[in-house]
Amino acid sequence: MTELYDLTIHELQDLLKTKKASSQEITTSVFQRIKSVEPRVQAYITLTEESALAQAKLADEKISSVGAQFIAPLFGIPIGIKDNFLTEGIKTTAGSNILNNYIPPYNGTTVQKLLDAGAIIPGKLNMDEFAMGSSNETSFFGTPKNPWDLERIAGGSSGGSAAAVAAGECFASTGTDTGGSIRLPAALTNLVGIKPTYGRVSRYGVIAFASSLDQVGPLTKDVMDGAIMLQALAGHDPKDSTSINTPVPNYVEGLKKLPKDLPLKGWKIAIPKEYFVEGMDAEVSKATQEAIETLKRLGAECREVSLPHTQYGVPTYYILATAEASSNLARYDGIRYGHRKSDPASLVDLYKKSRSEGFGSEVKRRIMLGTYVLSAGYYDAYYIRAQKVRTLIRQDFEKVFEENDVILTPVSPTPAWKIGEKAADPLKMYLSDIFTININLAGLPALSLPCGMTQSGLPIGMQIVSKHFQEEKMLQAAYAYEQATSWSQMRARL
Amino acid sequence: MYTLEGKKGTYEVVIGLEVHAQMLTQSKLFCSCSTTFGKSPNQNTCPVCLALPGVLPVLNKKVAEFAVKAGFATQSTIARKSVFARKNYFYPDLPKGYQISQYELPICQHGKLTVDVEEEGSQNSGKETKTFGITRIHIEEDAGKLLHEHPEHRSSDSTWVDLNRAGVPLLEIVSEPEMRSPQDAVAYLKKLRQTLIYLGVCDGNMEEGSLRCDANVSVRLVGSKDFGTRTETKNLNSFKHIEKAIHYEATRQIEVLEEGGRIVQETRLWDPDQEKTYSMRSKEDAHDYRYFPDPDLLPLLIEESWIEEIKKSLPELPDTKKARFISDYQLTPYDADILTSLKKLADFFEACLKDYKQPKKVAAWIINEYMRLIKADETMIESTLLKPHHVSETLKLVDDGTISGSASKTVLAKIFETGLSPKEIIEKEGLAQVSDDRALEAEIDKIIANSPKEVERFKAGNDKLLGFFVGQVMKAMQGRANPGKLNELVKKKLSA
Repeated sequence: MTELYDLTIHELQDLLKTKKASSQEITTSVFQRIKSVEPRVQAYITLTEESALAQAKLADEKISSVGAQFIAPLFGIPIGIKDNFLTEGIKTTAGSNILNNYIPPYNGTTVQKLLDAGAIIPGKLNMDEFAMGSSNETSFFGTPKNPWDLERIAGGSSGGSAAAVAAGECFASTGTDTGGSIRLPAALTNLVGIKPTYGRVSRYGVIAFASSLDQVGPLTKDVMDGAIMLQALAGHDPKDSTSINTPVPNYVEGLKKLPKDLPLKGWKIAIPKEYFVEGMDAEVSKATQEAIETLKRLGAECREVSLPHTQYGVPTYYILATAEASSNLARYDGIRYGHRKSDPASLVDLYKKSRSEGFGSEVKRRIMLGTYVLSAGYYDAYYIRAQKVRTLIRQDFEKVFEENDVILTPVSPTPAWKIGEKAADPLKMYLSDIFTININLAGLPALSLPCGMTQSGLPIGMQIVSKHFQEEKMLQAAYAYEQATSWSQMRARL
Repeated sequence: MYTLEGKKGTYEVVIGLEVHAQMLTQSKLFCSCSTTFGKSPNQNTCPVCLALPGVLPVLNKKVAEFAVKAGFATQSTIARKSVFARKNYFYPDLPKGYQISQYELPICQHGKLTVDVEEEGSQNSGKETKTFGITRIHIEEDAGKLLHEHPEHRSSDSTWVDLNRAGVPLLEIVSEPEMRSPQDAVAYLKKLRQTLIYLGVCDGNMEEGSLRCDANVSVRLVGSKDFGTRTETKNLNSFKHIEKAIHYEATRQIEVLEEGGRIVQETRLWDPDQEKTYSMRSKEDAHDYRYFPDPDLLPLLIEESWIEEIKKSLPELPDTKKARFISDYQLTPYDADILTSLKKLADFFEACLKDYKQPKKVAAWIINEYMRLIKADETMIESTLLKPHHVSETLKLVDDGTISGSASKTVLAKIFETGLSPKEIIEKEGLAQVSDDRALEAEIDKIIANSPKEVERFKAGNDKLLGFFVGQVMKAMQGRANPGKLNELVKKKLSA
């Protein structure tokens, strides 16, 4: 029999509405699962079992008083929170020693939205330190394991968010995506991961890595759950000046209104040739080609296009993201909160030692890179030039979108790799984001969804990209594909 | 012209000022914390201005309005698009590790300010009108304060951080290096301060630090086209100190040069007790601030319609007001200058005129009496018990002969102290003027009876003694006699 923890949000919602399950049963099932698999998976940094069960009890009371048919989609459902989302009274570390014991006095906007929607917080999820990484190996709190193969990484930076959902330790999770940090781990763990348009979801109360690229999104078991989560997270926030005040469509309804026959008839799907490169894993390439064939059978017209500035994405990203990060991370100075060196000899000593002890090596590397590219004499050559390239990359996409509805690409050049395999080679690690990074530079929405398995049983994901603020389109394309295939119904066996 | 003599020749001084003005907004630049001065440490703080993880700035729109007003008042070009930038450096009073400021695209550029400068050595005669360029005006946030002694338990082994001021909005106003004397600098700063107060943008309080000034000073031989190396002097919190510090710094630089040394580009600190400047840090260990556009804030776009709205809401500025006082009220430029020096004083003056259309009399009273009462303290104008209607009522009582001109001064001084009405004061103090013939004659008779010798001499033709009799009667009646009537009656009695 299928266990509760294996279900999706929309399946649980049906159970809650028909009173076949209670929030307490659902939450308890999650914590039982956590007890059995968490020692092997290591998805969480902090568990909040007591308050989660109390929340579930309140949820059940409300369900019986208000009537089960009236509850909101996330009501009574445990949703894991990445540890760079500020949670009032719950330790928030961003995966870093410098915030090892930091307990925030406020909830970020998206956390508050989830709580207001009735979601239950089972705990805070592991992540690369300050979201800097592709494998979750830069975390101060250990590396989450891929539930499909415990010797492999679950991807990063939202590695805990992916591992927890894939292992049944929560039903969906929040992630942040600066260069692929939601989509990559989702692809490597057979999940749906959504990076919304920049400005679609508030960043207030999320620990910043690179402000002009960071975006909040969900990791879920299927597309319908992705739509439900995005619905809850999206919307203008006056506390975030970069959040855009534009209406949020009903994503779930958008999926339901797709025709059953040839749901993608009339759709034009662009396949950029630059995303099918030499050196790419053969199984990933094959799975993506097969997905294209499936989409054609669903009525879509797929055609090759060119995004000529694709190859400049990674270097451009590592200039802009590190520049912003070097400044964003200046506040961790040991003065007001976070790790502080005891008995410093001077103010400079306090800064140096607190930060040297508090930050890990990847974070230090990026702070140094970012500081360098902003320095007098280098600013024009690096930062300004990178901004110009960013504009060119954005224009590449705009041009393709003039004649196409969505763009389809792979997510990761390879399936999940072994723990430690790339950890010593930052450049190799940086290249694992090669297919996702340009989407952030262009500020576009994109999602990752399961589209295959390797022979050794590792998940493969593909990426669907839409125009700005047209998340509905990519969700529809993904949903149509998902309905025609069975990849996202597969669960890791632990 | 202000010049300094050295052994190698005559030097001139080149001065540019950087002024930081705290804006009079209710809330901070990027959060809704109060800007009230004098609260207990860290009371006016929130996650945003404490730079907790995850917070984001949201611009206080009032600040942009104030900046545009300052731009108009200085005839600056107002940028339709300006950009906030991060200025990165570490210091405990700067919670984010960067200050949000404006760098490449400030909100105002290319402004100017026209001022009247007292010419040296001719305090009475010469005021020269000069125009100084303003390079730029931009918006930025203030830092917090470090206290080296705990405000309550006075332990001084630690440094304490008070972030009440962190995030308070500032206007930085940078002048061109066009001033050539300490007097130029003081006149410029006075005018700038007056303008900001008129606009309601800044309270101009230099002691509390809501208006701060740094002076960039260099020297060069007269006739030289090239600028000398400049130093930046900080901690100038009064006009007197600015004048002294610039003079000191120019003299110091000339001494260094004459001894064959070179000026180091550095930041110096004015010590008001020693009246000297000291080196704080040199350019060699200056920060690389790594400015870049703040990705958390969108560019500040200003729509034409909003600019027009602000333009319409601009108050009358000092120069316009002064010109109007001269033409509408026939005041002398000197009087108009004094009355418009403080906006509140000018408002007080015009309020007095509402029920009493005698501007020259009101102006004379304000300049000669009122200024002394309030001791030139602007805050007194609002707090004092003496209101404009008291002034018009009292002066009317002079005109209708109820009190004498000299008694009016006493009356107004008493209202200033007590807040009573003019009539109450007159009654209480017995200041009503005596115009009644019989009462006056009675007093005159007494004086005549007591001064037989003077009467004789008057009758012998010494007309000048008329004044003696009038004075004696006035004295006996404590100044309450109607002077016209008294003169007439004294003459009549003596010739009888």
